[in-house]
Amino acid sequence: MKARRSGGRTLEFKDAGTQVGPLLVVDDVHTSFRTARGTVRAVDGVSFDVHEGKTLGIVGESGSGKTVLARSIMGLLPPRDVIRSGTVRFAGHELTAMDDKDLRQVWGAELSMIFQDPMTALNPVKRIGVQIAESLILHLGMDKKEAGSTAVELLRSVGIPSPEDRVKWYPFQLSGGMRQRVMIAIALACAPRLVLADEPTTGLDVTVQAQILDLLAELQRERHMAVILVTHDLGVVASRADDIIVMYAGRVVERAPTHTLFHDTKMPYTRALMDSIPRLADPSGVRLNAIAGRPPDLINPPDGCRFAPRCPYAQDKCRESEPPLRTVGSADHLFACWFPLVDGESTVPPVPVSLSAPVAPGPQSSGASDA
Amino acid sequence: MGKYLIRRFLQLLVVSFVISVLVFMLVHLLPGDPTTQILGANDTAANRAILLKQLGLNLPLWHQYTIWLSAAFHGNLGTSYLNHESVTHILATGAPVTIELIIISQVLAFAVAIPLALVVSRKPNRALDNVSTTTTFGLLALPPFVVAPILVAVFAVGLGWFPATGYTPFNQAPITNIHEMILPSVAITAGSIAVYFRLLRSDLITTLQQDFITMARSKGLSNRRIMWRHAFRPSSFSLLAAAGINIGSLIAGTFVVELLFALPGIGYALVEAVNQRDYLVVQGISLVVAIAFVVIQFIVDFVFTIVDPRVVRE
Repeated sequence: MKARRSGGRTLEFKDAGTQVGPLLVVDDVHTSFRTARGTVRAVDGVSFDVHEGKTLGIVGESGSGKTVLARSIMGLLPPRDVIRSGTVRFAGHELTAMDDKDLRQVWGAELSMIFQDPMTALNPVKRIGVQIAESLILHLGMDKKEAGSTAVELLRSVGIPSPEDRVKWYPFQLSGGMRQRVMIAIALACAPRLVLADEPTTGLDVTVQAQILDLLAELQRERHMAVILVTHDLGVVASRADDIIVMYAGRVVERAPTHTLFHDTKMPYTRALMDSIPRLADPSGVRLNAIAGRPPDLINPPDGCRFAPRCPYAQDKCRESEPPLRTVGSADHLFACWFPLVDGESTVPPVPVSLSAPVAPGPQSSGASDA
Repeated sequence: MGKYLIRRFLQLLVVSFVISVLVFMLVHLLPGDPTTQILGANDTAANRAILLKQLGLNLPLWHQYTIWLSAAFHGNLGTSYLNHESVTHILATGAPVTIELIIISQVLAFAVAIPLALVVSRKPNRALDNVSTTTTFGLLALPPFVVAPILVAVFAVGLGWFPATGYTPFNQAPITNIHEMILPSVAITAGSIAVYFRLLRSDLITTLQQDFITMARSKGLSNRRIMWRHAFRPSSFSLLAAAGINIGSLIAGTFVVELLFALPGIGYALVEAVNQRDYLVVQGISLVVAIAFVVIQFIVDFVFTIVDPRVVRE
C-alpha cells in the first residue's frame, strides 16, 4: 500500500519488519513560546520512546504541556515566536532536522494526528469525502475515483452508517461523535505507523467517548499502528495504554508501564490524579478529590520540585532542589520525586499546607505560581 | 437549496415592488413639474392644463402608477422630452458601457486583492503586509475623481500609454475599446481593491488560526493547497457580501468616471437627466439601476449557497 507515492521527492522509510529499536525516539525536547510577558517554557526537557504497534498515554492537567508536546513531535508549531530544541527521531528520520517540505511527506502518510475538537478540526465548507480523499490522492497517488471509493470504505471501517451517502455530507450535518469518526478516518487514511491522538474524546459525551476509544484501539490492532494518546484523564488510558507518561508543568514526572504506574505509584502528583477520577462506587455527595491550587506559571517556574507548592508531602528539600527523573528497582519505572510513595503511602508525614485544603482556583488566589 | 432560493426570490419581488413605488413617487416629490420646462415661453395656465391632461399628470397618483408600471413591463419607460429618444434606448446604449466598466474594474480588483491577501495573511505584520495594508488604507481615502486625473496625467498625458478620453463600442473595435476602458476601470478599481483586500486579509488571518487549518497541515498538504482549497473559501463570506453591495452601488456610482473620461454610460445619462429635469429618463434609469442592484444581491445569495453549504441547510 505504501509503494505508490506521488511526486518526485521520496523519503525512504524502513519496512516495519526491519525496524530496529523504537519507532519514535523523543530526546530532550524543549519548546518555548515568546510572549509579551516573557518566555513560556511549555515543554521543558521531555524524553521517551514508542515502539511499533504500542500505545503510549501522555497524561496531565490542562497547561501541563501535553498538547504542545504532541505538536512538537509532529513539528506542527506556529512558525513564529517558538524556541525549540532536542530531537525527534521517527522511523529512522530526524523530524526535527527536516524542513516543512520533507515533513509534508511524513505528515498524514506515516505520522498523523487526531485533533481534540471534532467541531472545529474539520473544514466546514468541504464535503467529508473530499477531506478524506485529499490525503489518499496526495500520498498514495490515487486518482479521484479510486480515492472516492476508498473514502467510502474508510467511513465504513470507522462505523459510519450508509457511508456511500455520507461521503457527500458536510461536517455540520454530522454529530460530534460522527465527526470524530471522520477525523479518525482521515488520520488513518494512508495507514500511518504512528497516530497522535490529542484529547480525542474530550469534546464528546461519555458514552460516545468509550465508543471512539474502542474504535481507535480496534483499528490500531488491525493495522499494527503505534498510538500516542494524549489526555487529561488517567481513566482513559488506564485500560488502553501500554505505557504512561505523567506530565506536570512541561516535564515528565513519572513514566512507567501502565500496570506498574497504577500499582506502584511513586509520584504524589500521579496519586492525586488517580484520586481525582470520580468513582461510581462513591456515595453521591462525596466531594471529588480535586488537586488544590493551579499548575505553576511556566514563565517563572518555582525552584525545586514544580509540584511542591501543591504537594501535601513537600519538604524543604523539595522546595530547594529539583528532583531528577530516576529509577528505583525496575529500570522502566522513572519518577521525579525526592520522597517517592512506597506502596501508595508517603514515607514522610503530610504537612498541613494551606493548599491541601480546598482552594477556590483563581488566577490570583492560588498562590501556587508565586511560591 | 430550492426552498432558500424561492424565499429569496419572493423577497426580491417584494423589494422590487417597493422600489418601483418609491422611484415613481420620487419624481413626484421633486418641486416643480416638467410642464414648466416643456412649455418654456408658452407657459400659460390654459396650455399647462392641456399638457397635464396629455401627459396624464392630472390623474390620481395610483392610476398614473399602474399605467407607468404596465408600460414598463412592456419595455416602454417613456421618451425623453428633450431629444425624443426612448428611455429604453438610452438604457440600451448606456448599459454596455457601464457594465463593461464594472466588469473590468471588478476583475482587476479581485485579481489584485485575492492573491495579495492570500500571500500577506500567512505572515501578518511583516513588511509586505504592512506596506499593503497601509497602501490600501490610502486607496480607501482616494475617491475616483482624485485617482482619475492622476491616472490621466501620468498614463495618458505623460507616458501616452492610454487615451485620456473617448469611447468606441466593443463590437466595432474590441482592442481599441479595451484600451480606452483601462484607465477609467483602474480609477474605480482602487477603492474596490482596498475594501476587498482588507476584508479578505483579516478573515484569512482568523481562518488560519482555526483547527481545521492545522489539521490540513497535518495531512501533509502544501501551503498553496491549504491557502486556496482550505482557507480561501471559508474566509470569503464578507468579501462576497461586500462585493455584492459594491458592485450594486457602482452601477449608478460610475458616473464621475464616465463624466471624466467622456464615456456614454448610464451613470452619465442619469446625472444629465437629473440636471435637465428629464423626469421620465430619471425615473426609467433609477428603476432599472435599483432593480439591477436587487438582482445582484440575489445573485450573491445564490453564490453563497455554493460557497457556504451551511447557509441553505441551517
